[in-house]
Amino acid sequence: MTLLTHSLLMMQRHLRNLLRQRWWVVFSLVQPIIWLTLYGQLFKRVVELPGFNANSYISFVTPGVVIMSALFAGGWNGMGMIMDMNQGVMDRLLISPINRAAIILGRVFSMSVTTIIQSLILIVLGFLFGARFAGGIPGIIVMLLCAVLLGAPFAALSSALALAIRKQESVIGASNFILMPLTFLSPVFMAKNVMPDWIRSISRFNPVNWSVEAARAALSDHTDWNFVLLRIGCLLAFAVFSAALATRAFRAYQRSA
Amino acid sequence: MTDSISVAIEAHDLVKTYGGKVRALDGLSFAVEAGTIFALLGPNGAGKSTTVKILNTLSRPDSGSARVAGFDVLAEPQQVRLAIGCVAQKSGVDVEATGRENLTLQGRIYGQGGRELKERVNYLLDRFALTEAADKVARTYSGGMQRKLDIAMGLVHTPRVLFLDEPTTGLDPKARADLWEDISRLSREDGITVLLTTHYLEEADQLAQRLAIVDRGKLVVEGTPDQLKGELFGDAIHIEFAQGQPDDKVRGALSRLDGIGEIVTDGALLHIRANQGATAVPGILAALESTGLRVASVKVARPSLDDVYLRYTGRTFDEAEQADQKGVR
Repeated sequence: MTLLTHSLLMMQRHLRNLLRQRWWVVFSLVQPIIWLTLYGQLFKRVVELPGFNANSYISFVTPGVVIMSALFAGGWNGMGMIMDMNQGVMDRLLISPINRAAIILGRVFSMSVTTIIQSLILIVLGFLFGARFAGGIPGIIVMLLCAVLLGAPFAALSSALALAIRKQESVIGASNFILMPLTFLSPVFMAKNVMPDWIRSISRFNPVNWSVEAARAALSDHTDWNFVLLRIGCLLAFAVFSAALATRAFRAYQRSA
Repeated sequence: MTDSISVAIEAHDLVKTYGGKVRALDGLSFAVEAGTIFALLGPNGAGKSTTVKILNTLSRPDSGSARVAGFDVLAEPQQVRLAIGCVAQKSGVDVEATGRENLTLQGRIYGQGGRELKERVNYLLDRFALTEAADKVARTYSGGMQRKLDIAMGLVHTPRVLFLDEPTTGLDPKARADLWEDISRLSREDGITVLLTTHYLEEADQLAQRLAIVDRGKLVVEGTPDQLKGELFGDAIHIEFAQGQPDDKVRGALSRLDGIGEIVTDGALLHIRANQGATAVPGILAALESTGLRVASVKVARPSLDDVYLRYTGRTFDEAEQADQKGVR
């Protein structure tokens, strides 16, 4: 009970602070537009590749960009932890009786809220650019779930990394090192059928892949729900693993204080 | 429980090493009576902050034990956390949030809410003269205002024990004097036990009922400021030499004089304790003349905590500060 109350308190703090940064708000609204326009135009004709199996690239890439946005929102989450550590806010929280997990969960919650809002903007934009989603509202809800289930564990991992490394530059480096390759080792921009074999093999173990595939399947006209549920199950397992790791990182941080 | 009412903080034989090498605490013990201000005085790196971190449950000692507000810091950390407030060296203010938001969130973390919390927040804002700035983000606050907000945040849940880790470091003299008044009110009017760490001698002298000098992770001496100063024999005479260093011959010559107490040599400096500083100077100068050393300056001072520090650690406070800044932190 205190875990939920405390997590919501922290979420409230993060969202309030984000909204107060006007430039952050502007950039997070503009960024999806840029991504959709850029990727939608740049790769427009790849659907003509034999075996791509999609009619319109914008319909194909919109869920991809939704998932990628969630991945990056989660992956950069640790930066806020670093700010809190540098400012002494983290120590103040740790001296207080706050539930330890709530410190991370509050960030995961706030990231989930911003991810859902950003995803909805992307969906509307995609629609305006001509994308169509046969799966309708239920499909879109499942896609949002897939986005959150990918962003949340990456937010936890990123927080764990921040707790372990504690240096802004190192966390930036590590995030860059991990997030871009994970995006390209998944069918975010490219259909699986036209990927090189080795990338396709690796992508099977990539959570980004599980999330994109489940989202696209849910949005298609004949959804294979077993296919979707299996991937959501994998994402859940990944989330549990990440949460466990983040909790351990907290203990290590406190031991070294 | 009877014991915990009179003794608010008890540290017993605390040892803490970092990375297996740096020994931050080397068997530190002390006790603080409830409702008093107790100062841990020492140069940077003496182990003061480490002590506070162990007492406020942020860190764990390698060995030793401690009780705060009657609770064991290792076995009952959650009870300790509920009973204490803490103002760390590094500000814990969220600079993106307003003063009021900072205070309200802090209160809610401690389970407060509703009108009671609102009134408490208003009271603290008023008490620390922050009402006008209450709804501005803390980033716009001056250093002194942020410190005040820090302390107010440490008080939201009316703790029984308050830790202040170098509260006035980096503040200008006016803000410092201002804060001293606030701090002394805490124990005088609110009956809160305050553990203060500082590397300002005058701060400990001014605020604390009792103080302990900490050096290299050990407690060097403990007592009331007057006691410690009173233990020193008379005045302090500081002599600086233009040429040469005082040696045993000098010591010998000086110790034959009347009314001379302790003699401490410190590089080109000589510190002498004398019954009556002013009357002892001519004799001292004559004695030094006979040893052939050239005196550059002579200063006579009433005993200060600086002298206490020098006497118990064998180095002056400033030197210790500089040495510790050069060495490993």
